[in-house]
Amino acid sequence: MNLAAATNESLANTSNVLIYSSMAVYTLAFFAHIAEWVLGSRSKVGRTAAALSAPGAGASAATAGKARAGGTAVLDRPEVITRSATGTRDVPDGPGAAGGTFKGDLWGRIAVSLTVVAFLVEASGVATRALSVQRAPWANMYEFSITFSTVAVGSYLVLLALKKNVRWIGLPLVTTVLLDLGIAVTTLYTDSDQLVPALHSYWLWIHVSTAIICGAVFYLGAVGTVLYLFRDSYESKLASGGTPGKFASSVMERLPSASSLDKFSYRINAAVFPLWTFTIIAGAIWAGDAWGRYWGWDPKEVWSFITWVAYAAYLHARATAGWKGRKAAYLALVAFACWLFNYYGVNIFVSGLHSYAGV
Amino acid sequence: MSKSNSTETREREDERGRGSAHGAAGERLSTAPREERPDTGAGVPAMSVVGWVRWFWRQLTSMRVALILLFLLSLGAIPGSLIPQTSVDDMKVQAFKDQHTTLTPIYEKLQLFDVYSSVWFSAIYILLFVSLIGCIVPRTGQFVGQLRSRPPGAPKRLTRLPAYTTWRTEAEPEEVREAALAVLRGRRFRTHEVGDAVAAEKGYLREAGNLVFHIALIVMLVAFASGQLFKSEGGKLIVEGDGFSNTLTQYDDFKSGSLYDSDSLAPFSFVLDEFVGTYEKSGPQRGTPRTFEARVTYAEGADGAERKGVIKVNEPLVVDGTKVYLIAHGYAPVVTVRDGRGKVVSRSAVPLLPIDNNITSSGAIKVMDGYKDKKGEKTQLGFKAFFVPTFAGEGKGQMFSQFPALDFPVLALSAYHGSLGVDSGLAQNVYQLDTSKMKEFKGEDGELLKKMMMPGEKLDLPDGAGSITFDGVEEWASFQVSQQPGNGWALGGSVAAIAGLAGSLFIQRRRVWVRAVRGADGVTVVEMAGLGRSESAKLPEELGDLSAALVTTAPVAPAAAEAPDTPEKPDAPDGPGSTDATTDATNEAGSRPVHPAEAPVEGAEK
Ligand code: HEM
Repeated sequence: MNLAAATNESLANTSNVLIYSSMAVYTLAFFAHIAEWVLGSRSKVGRTAAALSAPGAGASAATAGKARAGGTAVLDRPEVITRSATGTRDVPDGPGAAGGTFKGDLWGRIAVSLTVVAFLVEASGVATRALSVQRAPWANMYEFSITFSTVAVGSYLVLLALKKNVRWIGLPLVTTVLLDLGIAVTTLYTDSDQLVPALHSYWLWIHVSTAIICGAVFYLGAVGTVLYLFRDSYESKLASGGTPGKFASSVMERLPSASSLDKFSYRINAAVFPLWTFTIIAGAIWAGDAWGRYWGWDPKEVWSFITWVAYAAYLHARATAGWKGRKAAYLALVAFACWLFNYYGVNIFVSGLHSYAGV
Repeated sequence: MSKSNSTETREREDERGRGSAHGAAGERLSTAPREERPDTGAGVPAMSVVGWVRWFWRQLTSMRVALILLFLLSLGAIPGSLIPQTSVDDMKVQAFKDQHTTLTPIYEKLQLFDVYSSVWFSAIYILLFVSLIGCIVPRTGQFVGQLRSRPPGAPKRLTRLPAYTTWRTEAEPEEVREAALAVLRGRRFRTHEVGDAVAAEKGYLREAGNLVFHIALIVMLVAFASGQLFKSEGGKLIVEGDGFSNTLTQYDDFKSGSLYDSDSLAPFSFVLDEFVGTYEKSGPQRGTPRTFEARVTYAEGADGAERKGVIKVNEPLVVDGTKVYLIAHGYAPVVTVRDGRGKVVSRSAVPLLPIDNNITSSGAIKVMDGYKDKKGEKTQLGFKAFFVPTFAGEGKGQMFSQFPALDFPVLALSAYHGSLGVDSGLAQNVYQLDTSKMKEFKGEDGELLKKMMMPGEKLDLPDGAGSITFDGVEEWASFQVSQQPGNGWALGGSVAAIAGLAGSLFIQRRRVWVRAVRGADGVTVVEMAGLGRSESAKLPEELGDLSAALVTTAPVAPAAAEAPDTPEKPDAPDGPGSTDATTDATNEAGSRPVHPAEAPVEGAEK
């Protein structure tokens, strides 16, 4: 018995070492991304400006592109021509942080590789933490936070592996992951400890894991939304003949077009929304078993509901005349802010049945 | 209703941007309600009452108002999470009221202690659900209509659609259309031939899913509301060996919905045979509960057969639609009180309330009647009780338990006599001793009489006033018994909601047209185009696949350099967002929407 206990403590220590190591590697990835952005800036920019200010602005239109189909190249297959929906600017996506330069791209690749390494180290940190306590590692805010950033980075890497154009998330993501881990190891740290009996349930695995996944992926959507707002102002400034500052141009020019960013965030949010709905319902079922009522307006329940309604409002806004674009984007950010408040705010400032923050 | 001109125009543009930009082709790709235009006659609140009602109804069932109501609903839910709620924690509300004497009357006026049953919160969600019903009924009708009719014919200029492809082939136009019909049908498109083109549509499940989702929301609301109105919920603390039968008088506390009828309590009873709590003995997990269960014998109905059951924290016992939950547990020291002559006055297990994770417990032992003092006068006895299941040892810090199990149980008592104050008419907390009308028993040192006892030990009251013996310890468990109709409906509704939502969000509704006409040089020109509800990366891909499939029957003809019939180049000077979309749109803003069946079919004209 004592032997087992000793192993557990050493596992917990291993977990801490792994989390710290992952922070070190993320920091390296952060600098590599910075190098990518800095070295990439020497490239030729101004494609957006060209597209928007060419004679008959907006008319360069129809970005022709061969549709990727099934992988096998059909030689005499007719070419599919696409054109953007009416009302959106027809602007090509930026070249990415590397700006098409070899050096920038090299650093970008290094950054991504480092992120992969950091992710693996962090994931094993989470796993050893779970082993040390012999339960799902989601019983206090320290554990939530380390799992949260692991899942966010994991989702990003999955999108990269699927060859989606998402490398632009790299820098903001790594930065915020460092922030999240920094807060986790300093103010939120809790020794591996007991689980309150109400958490002894397989619903812990179902409900909490989906909640964390939703948050992590909603976060990627929110990053897309913020960048969309910046890029959209940039494009409208160009379209109306303005000249954005040099720094802004250099950064914005390399991002995907506003409409691509907007679509990215929409797809992410729309894909996660059903899972979020499921999370709330699973929580309600669990509450029904653990507390004798499936819905009792506990602060955590209230804020999950608020978040849900806010995302529903966002999805509606996208189908409502006069609410598309920037207004819908603001709603998406409000919705994510609700999620964040539910995660940090409610655990720290509001007391309720879900008081397992451990802070 | 005053709106600046600029937003008006923007909205109108936006609406054109949505599907209708492609004329009849994009018509009715969704059943979303059409936006009211403030400048049309219908928008001006007409003089008559009927006009007003109609106007109000249109507003209420518009997407914009639904959006605003959704936003209000989330805003309205916020105060309830920050201000204590009566329905959640009565005690907290009371404490808040005592602390904030100026805020309280304002909050009470605004019903901020009962946000979720307040008039204003109810108004928001009732309006939202009226709007929802007003939205679903016509949308369902429209959708059924769409399922009955056929996809609209091909627009005049396919090049304007979001995905487009063309090639020339030696195959006959009829042959190509035949093949297109086969290919599209093979991929489960609804397909038919109109003039020189084939029209196809797929993805109706999106709309169906969306309707299912919204209907499921109504089902869930109704289930939740009826659950609230008819529910009942009561708490009961039971010491090992004692029993409970489900009647109103047996509950320690009881809450019910406003339409609840006490006759509907399910008749059943149970006895708590044993409570078992075991805990991790060492390591970082020391003290963590490993098992935590109440073993009961229960009987369904008035005199049903007895059965054994186990209730755990996350596993309630379900009897006759009623659920019995294990809520808490603790210890109940068994004590015997004797009077001066040695006669047993009372003998009972007294439940104490846990105050920490190691079940350090406190409470009161009250002897209400049966006790007479030395002079033979009736009086009452009271003891403040403090109990630890595992004592740290003599002189080791304070009296807090070291472990939740009964390893080294110690009971500390201090003794009082006088009036317990139970007759004062005020509700009394059974776990607290009100000593305002009591006198302390004094020990030899002249201080309050106190003693720490192990099981079997006895505390003698001074001057032959009697004694109290600590005989042993029983465990108690408290249960919540609740009955809430509508749970099944709520669960069914939520499963349907998720399924509908997945359909609505993951399925793309899209149309594909294939036109095949003979060019001037005798070679057939094939044009294919696709249109979706929203731009989708998959649409061009799908069109690519479809064309690849079609090319097997209609192979690309050797390049003809300057074919006169080559369709106009896609990047014609009038780019997207310009007005051309509306010039060939048959339903220009304000005009009557054109039914696809009546939409001009281009081939016929050629
Ligand atoms: C109870 C509150 C409501 C919630 C939680 C809700 C939620 C949603 C969600 C999540 C979607 C999916 C969005 C998408 O397909 O992109 C949606 C779509 C839709 N909702 Fe609601 N809704 C509510 C009330 C209403 C009401 C009152 C109306 C009628 C005015 C309405 C009309 C629609 C329509 C037309 C769509 C389809 C939009 C599209 O095709 O993109 N909803 N709703």
